[in-house]
Amino acid sequence: MCEHCGCSISHVTARKPETVEVLAGLLDANDRTAAHNRAHLDAHHIVAINLMSAPGAGKTSLLEATIDALKDELRIAVIEGDLETDNDARRIRARGVPAIQITTGNACHLDADMVHEALHALPLDAIDLLFIENVGNLICPASFDLGQHRNVVLLSMTEGDDKPAKYPVMFRAAELVILTKADLAPFMTEFDPARAERAVRDLANPAPVLRLSARLGIGLDPWLAWLRRTISEAHRGEAALSGRSAA
Amino acid sequence: MHEFSVCRGLIASVLSVAKSRQAMVSKVYVSVGPLSGVEPRLLAAAYPLASANTAAAGSELAIEETSLRVRCETCGAETEATPNKLLCACCGAERTRVISGNELLLLRVELQPTESPSETG
Repeated sequence: MCEHCGCSISHVTARKPETVEVLAGLLDANDRTAAHNRAHLDAHHIVAINLMSAPGAGKTSLLEATIDALKDELRIAVIEGDLETDNDARRIRARGVPAIQITTGNACHLDADMVHEALHALPLDAIDLLFIENVGNLICPASFDLGQHRNVVLLSMTEGDDKPAKYPVMFRAAELVILTKADLAPFMTEFDPARAERAVRDLANPAPVLRLSARLGIGLDPWLAWLRRTISEAHRGEAALSGRSAA
Repeated sequence: MHEFSVCRGLIASVLSVAKSRQAMVSKVYVSVGPLSGVEPRLLAAAYPLASANTAAAGSELAIEETSLRVRCETCGAETEATPNKLLCACCGAERTRVISGNELLLLRVELQPTESPSETG
């Protein structure tokens, strides 16, 4: 019987509407490229750190201080993400390490494709530690896995100590939280580091919370120790680095 | 606003389903959790733009918003949580695992055959 009008004539059957079950992540394409990036990095024994924060929290300053402290010990490279300008990459190159600038135009985050392209422009055989400085933004970068091994989120003491509560997706993804501009703590009396840490714990996140001042070189040692530990964990067996997705 | 990027990924998956069946898309069902990092309203606003001039143009987007629940690794309780309070509601422990609320999934696609039936009823 005709399914359209119920008459007894069997019309030439048009195909029926159908529902297809899919059950796939909306970011699967990005996640596949991120996994490819991670495999690429692992093959070259490179550990990649995704640095995220609000604009102006001190990511580039932290990198400058880190490069100065480690450049005789580790071969470092940096991928810089910004909407415009190569100012940050020039600051890094002035320290004597390779830096690739990705200008995202209007895009508010880096994605795995952009990082993949940048990886092809770097001398991967001559790198031990790769920093990916994400676009300054506490929202969008959290959703995109880049192929990094660890996520580090910076919170400067000139911001509110309730940022982890306001941006839970970002701070939940952090495997290390760094409270930066600690030299300003005496002036920023309304910023309570214990309250910031409490807000991270409320996200069921056990990540260490460090305090440092890149400008004065205060508190760098625990950060450098964390980096060395992360690298040696990687070299003991790449599998130990889960490369937890930011999402 | 990264919802447009996310939406473009969604449309790419939807179109590959439509293409394999040689059909037009009439409705798309997604599931979005409060911890996914994606704002359902912005995803819905991006959808008509991301789907324009494709086999999904004019289709409807149905967003299912999931609830946020955690399982306590200390006492085993499963409780409701909020995005910035993911502790166990039973014993207050910090060691919990999110069991629902991370979702960012394409669930299913409703398709219309491209050759429209002779009778539309």
